[in-house]
Amino acid sequence: MSAFHYAACGALFLLGLHGLLWRPNLLRKLMALNVLQASVVLFYILLAAKRGASPPVLAGPGPAEAAAFINPLPHALMLTAIVVGAATTGVGLALIIRVHRLFGTLQEPEIVDKLGRS
Amino acid sequence: MSALPVLIVVTPLVAALAPPLLALASVRAAKAWSLAAQVLCLALSAAALRAVLAGGPLRHALGGWPAPWGIECVLDAFSASLAVLVAGLSVLTGLYAWDWSDRRSPVREGAFQSLFLLLLAGLLGMLATGDLFNLYVFLEIASLSSYALVAAGPGREAPLAAFRYLLLGGAGATFWVLGLGYLYALTGTLNMADLSARWPAIASAPASSAALGLMVAGLALKMPVFPLHGWQPGAYAAAPPQIMPFIASAGSKVMAYAIFRLLAGTLGAEGQAGRALEALAPVGLLSVAAGSVLALTQTDVRRMLAYSSVAQLGLLFVGFSLGGRWAVIGVLWHMLAHAVLKSCLFMAAGSVARRRGSCDLDDFAGLGRTAPLTAACFAAAGLALVGLPPAAGFFGKWYLLRGALDAGAWASVAVVAASGLMTALYVFRVLERIYLSPPPETKRVEPLGPWSAAPMLALAAAAVLLGVFNEPLIAAFIEPAWLAATGGRG
Repeated sequence: MSAFHYAACGALFLLGLHGLLWRPNLLRKLMALNVLQASVVLFYILLAAKRGASPPVLAGPGPAEAAAFINPLPHALMLTAIVVGAATTGVGLALIIRVHRLFGTLQEPEIVDKLGRS
Repeated sequence: MSALPVLIVVTPLVAALAPPLLALASVRAAKAWSLAAQVLCLALSAAALRAVLAGGPLRHALGGWPAPWGIECVLDAFSASLAVLVAGLSVLTGLYAWDWSDRRSPVREGAFQSLFLLLLAGLLGMLATGDLFNLYVFLEIASLSSYALVAAGPGREAPLAAFRYLLLGGAGATFWVLGLGYLYALTGTLNMADLSARWPAIASAPASSAALGLMVAGLALKMPVFPLHGWQPGAYAAAPPQIMPFIASAGSKVMAYAIFRLLAGTLGAEGQAGRALEALAPVGLLSVAAGSVLALTQTDVRRMLAYSSVAQLGLLFVGFSLGGRWAVIGVLWHMLAHAVLKSCLFMAAGSVARRRGSCDLDDFAGLGRTAPLTAACFAAAGLALVGLPPAAGFFGKWYLLRGALDAGAWASVAVVAASGLMTALYVFRVLERIYLSPPPETKRVEPLGPWSAAPMLALAAAAVLLGVFNEPLIAAFIEPAWLAATGGRG
């Protein structure tokens, strides 16, 4: 794949990192973490991608030409990574609900302010 | 082929299913189940360590797929001794939490026990796996359980502290996976043993340094060391006090293990891996200095202990980086000592938090008179952390100093020596309150129950006894672990 694809992937990574660190809203921070994870998923998919190749399904017995197939392993790995990401998002959303019940807001500075006063 | 490397992980993983159901019938039953699983886990880890020390590494190919195609579970002297340490700390923490006052609903207590077992399974899985992507999966099992456990803390700040931990922890894991992607693209393998054979060919490629930089940064964030520690003091102070002895002592050691296993064990400190190890030294030195200074400025004792961990974990980086025989033996000893001491300190701090509802310096005033046992345990573990001979904390720093002197690394010599002094400053700040301040004018203090007191006393005794018997212990466990970790280099 071209350098453009990898650059786009890197841009997504930085975008996620930026949102995660500097957005004040907790829900946006969590979405930024999702963007960060998605950029890595795309990175692995790019590693495996090949023009003109097919999924590794054998047509019949006999030796197969490895170069004609895309590498399935990164796809399998990213299936796991997506599951981990979904679990992280689930726990994060549960925490966000509890924070909202306790403080009535998701803006981090306001929450810190309310914590400091109590 | 032996099933032990798999069994130590599967036991807590499967056992974690039952507590929520058992808790509906009886909270006691759920706790007893979870404790039984932890004891079984400790017994299996001990059996594995014995087998490893007698006959070399244990390997198991999952599902019968041979490595490097399948996922392999491996225990050697390094990972097996850490597995015994982690399982042992979980048993002691389970005992400590046994009679913790039950203000939760049964459902929550059941979930708490499940998460405890999942955390144990994740940490043991990180130790037992021989596959770098599998390590990430176990890392996330351990991390997700930790986030939820921190969020179960008693205060209003717990959900926010857990959320911050989740964001940075999630980012750390993503760094690891991205770095691993580079490494996989370079070598085409995820298996540690296979990677070890393929590494020399690409050891000095620039992409290798990106891979290692990302992977090490990811784990250093979860460990944590300065300046990546942002989530940690808040999480340590907000978490339920009865789980802190385990979280504070076990998690960071397993992260440090993974870093060292990758750079020194798998990649043999060659090429960019050697350069990455060298780069750990300034981070470690900075972490020791900053952690110690920040610990001095805290009023909450749990936050102080958290910053103290940042400093003590920095020492691990210094030793990894020096890499000589004595430096690494010192660091491995320090991993053991710091785990024992920090969990004892957190047990004492947790007992104070349980009685008084907070854990500020003022809550420790007059503790020597009102709660002599807790005070004595805190004092023993605190002084051992400072490094007074013959306690456990002394020998790690002693061997580390010897390693630094051998290597002629004078900055490390200075910082390791100064770290003892700085530890003394913040420990004595608490000891002064405990023994010299008058107790506050409050009602009578209930004595500590035997379930909480026994593990705390055991750890305080271990703080002294480990030091006294350091030579046979080093010969029996640390030397084989050093050989397994580095292949005897240095």
